[in-house]
Amino acid sequence: MGLINNSRAKSPWVVHFDCGSCNGCDIEVLACLTPLYDIERFGILNIGNPKHADVLLVTGTVNPRNERVLRNVYEQIPEPKVVVAIGACACTGGVFADCYNVIQGVDKIIPVDVYVPGCAARPEAIIDGVVLGLQKFQEKVEKMNKKAVGN
Amino acid sequence: MVVLAIVLGPIIGGLLTGIDRKITARLQGRFGPPIMQPFYDVFKLLGKEKFINNKVQIVYVITYLFFAMLSFVLFVLGQDLIAIIFVLTVGGGAMVMGALSVRSPYSQIGSQREILQMLAYDPLLIITAVAMFMVTGSFKVAEIVNYQIHNNTPLLYVLPLVFIVLIEVLSIKMRKSPFDISAGQHAHQEIVRGVHTEFSGPYLALIEVAHWYELMLALGFVAIFFASNWYIAATLVIVMYLLEIILDNTTARLTWKWMLKSAWGFGIVLCAVNIIALYFI
Repeated sequence: MGLINNSRAKSPWVVHFDCGSCNGCDIEVLACLTPLYDIERFGILNIGNPKHADVLLVTGTVNPRNERVLRNVYEQIPEPKVVVAIGACACTGGVFADCYNVIQGVDKIIPVDVYVPGCAARPEAIIDGVVLGLQKFQEKVEKMNKKAVGN
Repeated sequence: MVVLAIVLGPIIGGLLTGIDRKITARLQGRFGPPIMQPFYDVFKLLGKEKFINNKVQIVYVITYLFFAMLSFVLFVLGQDLIAIIFVLTVGGGAMVMGALSVRSPYSQIGSQREILQMLAYDPLLIITAVAMFMVTGSFKVAEIVNYQIHNNTPLLYVLPLVFIVLIEVLSIKMRKSPFDISAGQHAHQEIVRGVHTEFSGPYLALIEVAHWYELMLALGFVAIFFASNWYIAATLVIVMYLLEIILDNTTARLTWKWMLKSAWGFGIVLCAVNIIALYFI
């Protein structure tokens, strides 16, 4: 079990969902994959399939049209999983918070573990966010194990 | 010997995959993941929640792993090449059936493409085995190796064209670019992840381990082309593997039509020329 738990933090596969972002944050997410930042150093892979992923990166404002899709993507990720909201829009709705069609933040729809502020969030901030997400990940795993023992 | 093959096979296969990922990253100007990364991935996947669409999927995944293992073990034991190819195909077919058992368009398209890939490389593998039979007079791996040691003539000297075809077979089998049409490797995506779309968690881990066995088997095929000297055989395998990685990084993905044309047109013709030439030497 120790081996599996140690491996979890070393291979977080990331799935990126764009809720309707201006693409600023999306470009920064993809910038993390470039040679300059290279998140594969930490074993992070950008996976297209939520069924293979561990970390969900959400960018952009959520609205009533796409909250169903967001929830669907979230539910398709097997446990344990972590959600990182990237950029002002995903965290709170940003400058669009008062619009009639905008939901103020991803956390109104699905549980969010890490908030990465910024408009657009810088790649360094995104990497920090994912690394912080990994710590949350460990906490979740420990909780899960305790639950398993308790049962 | 059997236990050794079952244990060491995936360990070496996993390490080779790790080296592949490191070299790929370096070729792209990145630092790259640690060499042990494939093992972390598999252990992590083993600890994930079990997500299945139907119970048949589990059976197919385990069948795939079992037959991949069996084909490698048969190879190590020096058994019949035709039987090994058949077992390998049954394993591949099991995975395709597992992917087809789910009504996901990605999984369906991915498995159709996987079938096309199998159709492309299987005849070539069998012709390779036939060519080896023409030279050595046996389909058995052990006999093929013995023949080369006794006569001190590596198969590579008499079957150079077949060996060139084997390079293409290897890249189709390992789903390397330009033939990664049924499922992307590593961070590449093709129709989300093709045949692997609907497998997740521990089952994806089993598929990965089965893939390592297949990798070892494929490299074993390369090694028996120079069985008269094991040092040269090892060098040949390493050179071949590096060549595959460089090909993977320098070529773009092609369509399945192009793959069939090149595998059957180019591959079968080269093999035929080589086999015909055997009558004149």
